[in-house]
Amino acid sequence: MSVETPLPVLKPADFASDQEVRWCPGCGDYSILAQMKKVMPTLGVPREKVVFISGIGCSSRFPYYMNTYGMHTIHGRAPAVATGLKTSRPDLQVWVITGDGDGLSIGGNHLMHCIRRNMDLNIVLFNNRIYGLTKGQYSPTSPLGKRTKSTPMGAIDNPLHPLSIAIGCEATFVARSIDTNVKHLEQTLKRAAGHKGTAFVEVYQNCNVFNDGAWSYAKDRDTKAETTLELEHGKPLIFGKDRDKGVRLNGLEPEVVELGKGITEDDLLFHDEKSAEPSLAYLLSRMRHEDGFPEPIGVFRSVDKPRYDELINDQITQATSERGPGDLDKLFNAGETWTVE
Amino acid sequence: MATVAEKGVEQLDAATVRFCGDSGDGMQLAGTQFTQTSALAGNDVATFPDFPAEIRAPRGTKAGVSGFQIHFSSHEIFTPGDAVDALVAMNPAALATNLVDLRPGGILVCNSSAFDKKGLEQAGYETNPLEDGSLEGQYKLHSVDMTKVTRDAVEGLGLSVKEADRCRNFFAMGLVFWLYDRSLDPTLRFIEDKFAKRPDVVQANTAALKAGFNYGETVEAIHTQYHVPKAKLEPGTYRNIMGNTALAWGLMAAAKASEKRLYLGAYPITPASDILHELCKHKNYDVMTFQAEDEIAAMTATIGAAFAGAMAVTASSGPGIALKGEGMGLAVIMELPMIVINVQRGGPSTGLPTKTEQSDLLQAVFGRNGECPMPIIAASSPGDCFDTAQEAWRLAVKHMTPVFLLTDGYIANGSEPWQVPKFSDLPKIPITHPGPLNEGEEFNAYQRDEWLARPWALPGTPTLEHRLGGLEKQDVTGNVSYDPTNHQHMIDTRAQKVAMIAEDIPEQAVDGATEGDLLVLSWGGPYGACATAVHTAQKAGKSVSHAHLRYINPFPKNLGDLLGSFKRVLIPELNCGQLSVLIRDRYMIDTVGLNKVQGKPFTVGEIVEKINELVA
Repeated sequence: MSVETPLPVLKPADFASDQEVRWCPGCGDYSILAQMKKVMPTLGVPREKVVFISGIGCSSRFPYYMNTYGMHTIHGRAPAVATGLKTSRPDLQVWVITGDGDGLSIGGNHLMHCIRRNMDLNIVLFNNRIYGLTKGQYSPTSPLGKRTKSTPMGAIDNPLHPLSIAIGCEATFVARSIDTNVKHLEQTLKRAAGHKGTAFVEVYQNCNVFNDGAWSYAKDRDTKAETTLELEHGKPLIFGKDRDKGVRLNGLEPEVVELGKGITEDDLLFHDEKSAEPSLAYLLSRMRHEDGFPEPIGVFRSVDKPRYDELINDQITQATSERGPGDLDKLFNAGETWTVE
Repeated sequence: MATVAEKGVEQLDAATVRFCGDSGDGMQLAGTQFTQTSALAGNDVATFPDFPAEIRAPRGTKAGVSGFQIHFSSHEIFTPGDAVDALVAMNPAALATNLVDLRPGGILVCNSSAFDKKGLEQAGYETNPLEDGSLEGQYKLHSVDMTKVTRDAVEGLGLSVKEADRCRNFFAMGLVFWLYDRSLDPTLRFIEDKFAKRPDVVQANTAALKAGFNYGETVEAIHTQYHVPKAKLEPGTYRNIMGNTALAWGLMAAAKASEKRLYLGAYPITPASDILHELCKHKNYDVMTFQAEDEIAAMTATIGAAFAGAMAVTASSGPGIALKGEGMGLAVIMELPMIVINVQRGGPSTGLPTKTEQSDLLQAVFGRNGECPMPIIAASSPGDCFDTAQEAWRLAVKHMTPVFLLTDGYIANGSEPWQVPKFSDLPKIPITHPGPLNEGEEFNAYQRDEWLARPWALPGTPTLEHRLGGLEKQDVTGNVSYDPTNHQHMIDTRAQKVAMIAEDIPEQAVDGATEGDLLVLSWGGPYGACATAVHTAQKAGKSVSHAHLRYINPFPKNLGDLLGSFKRVLIPELNCGQLSVLIRDRYMIDTVGLNKVQGKPFTVGEIVEKINELVA
């Protein structure tokens, strides 16, 4: 008679650590944390196999609040720490939690290299377009002219766009979501977790203390239908409260058009997240509200490519099968030796 | 054969030879082949390669001179030698920059074909020293048109002029092999092996090597051959080994002895890169190497690998170590075991990247923000790197701390005979990881054992889920804590943990009496020069002893008493007195420094002179 031990059924609460969450009341991070806890039990990965790694910043307190393994590291270095961890232990599911300052400024180099290596990990970048932890300086995603503590006359650096960077590094999975769009965020995190390779997710996240309303156009009930566009694989790019607008290509330029009056769905750009060529995904990442475009949310790109963590371990397996497991005595005695009697 | 009989063979106890030429002339190859052959002949050997930082300085210039010195003897030696007995100069620039080290009456072999108008000008000679009589009577000069004789030797093999000229170093080697009565066989085997895919090159190099040897044998101007008999080394099997190779192998041995995967996170930098090069050849030993995007990533990936449960190592040199500083601080507060290797080189900043120095000691001790103690151990010779690597890992895992391992360019690139160990004779390094907890038990990531070490719990273990991080941790639980008294307690505890390592390391040994007039206290690369100088002084009846430190933080627990038992303490260092700073601070003992920062190791003579100045 065999006794089967059923796998424990975990609930979101099982992923909550015993630490008090200390973000400002009303911070967008709470929602991301809640969606993450909701997604976790659905992934079929035991809690002990999950590791959250972060850098520095408000978002980077995240690992302390998850009852999994975790490391709260140093400014911008989480992708590099995750690289050492994931290559050594491909059996673990690794999440990197970062922010626009941590990931794109001080850690830009690591982010770029982590993405291009296509390690099997999930990077979630909380983008609030401000430095929250250091109390209100402009960040690499702050818009030109942004007045902050460190830019009293307005920011003069052109902003970076996280998804353009990720696609420029040929990320194999790229997505965007919004902290308050909880269903969408949950689905996006789930899809990121399911992707084999580096999944890069940008979350529009509100800092209600230092940059309140940075994304209001994309979040407010009365504007979001016009300012965002939900991407669906194989579907045309349609948006608007009445789903009466679309995006089509005019040569290499996207343009917003109204449906009807001789323009049909078939004239629009169709989304293909599986396209091997990242140019269209890049084009989508360039669509900005300020230029009159809806900003896409959802999965921009999802393609399969070889993964660094697999390849680095494959080389060890290959070397071992070709040459046999290493024998130190053989190594020490290889080449020219001599004996003293 | 008659010619050989006519020539005398003079027995020597030891000799020092230096090959020097343009960095494209193959001098490092000539030197390593001569070393290998001398080692196989049973001599004790020590080498000192010296090359320029420029990838390829303009041909024939002083900036491009590359040299390789080898000291071989019939007794135990510890240094590559002070004065050179035989100097091979492939061009005027090499002669101009190296002649100063040739002893009066020494053998000087010059490639006369390079002493043309342009070559002489580049070296700053107004007249040709081979012809103007300036060298006559001072050295045994052999001026050889190596270009011509090499071209003649390889004629008919179908090589281009350029290819033929590239064989000149083999001609020079052949001549020196004859001078010192060496067998050509190991180098012939090397040529066959190295150029297996180019039979014409095998033939040409063989012809050039033999031509050099035969030249010595037949030319009447060279009258004497020298022979250095075998050294009496401890019985065993030996091989010649370079410091960086020994370090890589020591790491591999430690990984195996602790049943761990070896993980190296590194970013290329001279002179540490060869550790990466060596380790990435041995993937079948379960060695994982990661060439990171920068030094910071190399360090932090190493931290990730340590958390994952690997034997995590990073290796770099001075400026790279500076970049790793923040990561090391994280490793210290996370209390994860790993090894940080600094193969020191000339500084500050990029300084003299290919030259040796010991000037990162205070960086290792103090070069991180906050109160951030790390154990520091230092290798003393190429072969010692093997043992030091294992010891570093033993300390790291037993005490749950990153450990600093210092070597330097002189040790890293130098070589010496190394008695090949049996893996089964090497010490095992036991590691325990906590397993899953029973119902009702609580896991505390900062619960400490009798050495104040916390548990190394691995991700993947159910019930041990925990979070590490750079923010101060509450003792025992590991939760983030801003409590002032807890911070004081944790600062004190981390310091005490490292200080306690003094109980886990051997007491400081002394070469000589344990009290007397003078103690020479050294660390790192100067070991050999200090040992030889102290032996010389002891033979001269002086009250001098030698203590060489392997453990710098913490110091061995008897060190204070030992220092106090001598009237004076001399500290020779290739820096401006960094160990002196630590010794004076810790023991309130005034020390005498012998300091040199010239990118060159100490000569024995320099230390002997200082000892003589201090002790009658």
